[in-house]
Amino acid sequence: MLHINNLHASINGSPILRGVNLEIRDGEVHAIMGPNGSGKSTLAQILAGRESYQVDQGSVLWNGLDLLSLPAEERARNGLFLAFQYPVEIPGVSNAYFLKAAMNAMRRQQGLAELDAMDCLARIKTEMAAVGMKEEFLYRSVNTGFSGGEKKRNEVLQMLLLEPTLAILDETDSGLDIDALKTVSEGINRLRSPTRSMIVITHYQRLLDTIVPDHVHVLSQGRIVRSGGRELALEIEANGYAGIATSDASATAGPVTGIAP
Amino acid sequence: MSTIEFWLAEHRRQSPDLPGAKLPWLAALRARAITRFAEAGWPTRREENWHHTSLEFMQRFVLAGAAHTAPQSVLRTLQRTDSDAHWLVFVDGRYAPDLSAIGALPAGAHIGSLADALAQDAEQVKVAFAESCNGDIGEEGEAGDSPAALNTAFAADGAWIHLASGVVVDQPIHIVCIFAGTSHRHLRHLICAEAGARVSVAEHYPANEAAPTLTTAITRIKAGADSRIEHFKLQQENRLAIHLAGIDVEQARGARFASHSLSFGARLARTDIHTRLAGEGAEALLNGLYCADGETHVDHHTRIEHAKPLGLSREYYRGLLAGHAHGVFAGRIIVAPDAQQTDALQRCDSLLLSPFAKSDTRPELEIHADDVKCAHGATVGQLDEEAQFYLRSRGINAAEARQWLTYAFASTALERIASAPLQELACVALRALLHETTESGDKP
Ligand SMILES: Nc1ncnc2c1ncn2[C@@H]1O[C@H](COP(=O)(O)OP(=O)(O)OP(=O)(O)O)[C@@H](O)[C@H]1O
Ligand SMILES: [Mg+2]
Repeated sequence: MLHINNLHASINGSPILRGVNLEIRDGEVHAIMGPNGSGKSTLAQILAGRESYQVDQGSVLWNGLDLLSLPAEERARNGLFLAFQYPVEIPGVSNAYFLKAAMNAMRRQQGLAELDAMDCLARIKTEMAAVGMKEEFLYRSVNTGFSGGEKKRNEVLQMLLLEPTLAILDETDSGLDIDALKTVSEGINRLRSPTRSMIVITHYQRLLDTIVPDHVHVLSQGRIVRSGGRELALEIEANGYAGIATSDASATAGPVTGIAP
Repeated sequence: MSTIEFWLAEHRRQSPDLPGAKLPWLAALRARAITRFAEAGWPTRREENWHHTSLEFMQRFVLAGAAHTAPQSVLRTLQRTDSDAHWLVFVDGRYAPDLSAIGALPAGAHIGSLADALAQDAEQVKVAFAESCNGDIGEEGEAGDSPAALNTAFAADGAWIHLASGVVVDQPIHIVCIFAGTSHRHLRHLICAEAGARVSVAEHYPANEAAPTLTTAITRIKAGADSRIEHFKLQQENRLAIHLAGIDVEQARGARFASHSLSFGARLARTDIHTRLAGEGAEALLNGLYCADGETHVDHHTRIEHAKPLGLSREYYRGLLAGHAHGVFAGRIIVAPDAQQTDALQRCDSLLLSPFAKSDTRPELEIHADDVKCAHGATVGQLDEEAQFYLRSRGINAAEARQWLTYAFASTALERIASAPLQELACVALRALLHETTESGDKP
């Protein structure tokens, strides 16, 4: 479903991604770990269509489409969803209005009739309950003044409403308390299906106990330097990235990932 | 041409027929005003208050009215649904009783036309009228106020609103000024609210067919002790029009005054808003929103004068500038030596929607008392790139995302309008305006 091939990207001339290769098949969950500043969010944002990054080389195929040639809104309407590491505050735009517009943009794309305000609200309220958000968040401005955890729940709410086929979760578990982590990971698990793929960016093995990944990758200095199964996450938890860094040379010398492109 | 000679000739021609022409005090006032205008000429950048807005081009500006427009068609767009409200309609600067509708009023409230009042009982308006001209022809006249003098010389009509003490008018009073065919009009609105009176007044200058017209409009408000006055102005003139306006307010002890100035139209719009907190504990809110695009120019000059102790003033201006538009905001706050414990706050934030748009903001604080709280701040920014990306990443079109963010920025100003029907009216006007700007591709 997603095929990232030798992706190089930079911002203001300084390279951040230096040849990322990754293949994700339908229904797979891939975890990406890696030290701060290694380029995880950059990769996520480029996949979602952020234009402030410069793609210097490489390609991304998504269900046969040239992903990088599509504007962000079209990627979203075709089923790509990014849960932001830092969700953006939008004062003056109510959450309810925003969620309804997003849902209907998706429905138009799928050739479905738009939901009216009543149906939308009903749907939103059900999912809000599932992620433990109070109804008052409907009438507040998007993310404005939300606590860190509330913002993350709002991201998961949007994902549940939009039902993407490719979900990228950028540190959705960071800043959540234990209970929130549980609700959020249950929400994510509920979306797992053979037709839906996920990229889960995280620093913590803890999340991967609930959302068991099919593959774990380590991104370091703009490259995937190790790939493995869920046991790789445990190894990182135990030893940190130091051990990974030593195998960096061998990883870059040989095939970049363990997954056949 | 709009040269000085043109105005002198125009004055000779019109003045014998102006309402109140037979009143010696008024004829003298008008004669002094046209002389003053002729001496001073149109303000240029050399004048302190006109640094960013020169009217020098007015010398060469050829005025022309649009082909006759039926005033009814303009009125229809205003959706006069709240039948309880009061509507005073002026066509080409003259009161149109057939189009006006004044609802039931409490005793002690008078709403009507200035020309009628001059004809029926000139004495009752004499003081208010003469006071309203102090600035532009009297000793206090400052350089640069020649447009106000022009208004005094030509003003034929306007609203005359008088509220006796304690009178409360629940529904807004709408003053609608429509152009039907003339090339220039001059309105003078006088609002006197005695102690404890309450009212909301809305001035409308709706668009007509594009034509190089001139409007001057001066509004004088006397807010008696503990009165509450909300003044709302929606300027949507056509893209070739020149709009020059002044709003002058005097607030007695404990009077609360709010001004909402929405400047959405005209090729050049200049509005001067002055309020004097002349009694203790008066409160003023000066709220404004200006939107300009294409080659248009919009300028607000405000002055808040704290003359007595315990005054409170809040000033919030927001600008949306697209195309090659130029927005100007100058806010002066004066705190007199006697005005201890004044609390004044001023903010001006503008959004540049194109790389060619320009914004000038100038705060001017003159503080002569020591125990005061005075703060000001200004920002000029662009639409938040991150916010646009966030919305787009949820499937919302780029154009729609920009429109949302623009509306959200501007709507903050509308939230401060206390009267619900006026707020609704402003929201409708803003939405229509943003829709229009996006459709015409004027925004980037
Ligand atoms: N807009 C920007 N301007 C300059 N540098 C940037 C910008 N965005 C990202 N970078 C740089 O790119 C590198 C990768 O950043 P990125 O946010 O992708 O890291 P990350 O792996 O997500 O880190 P973290 O774990 O802290 O979230 C960092 O060194 C960062 O400083
Ligand atoms: Mg990150």
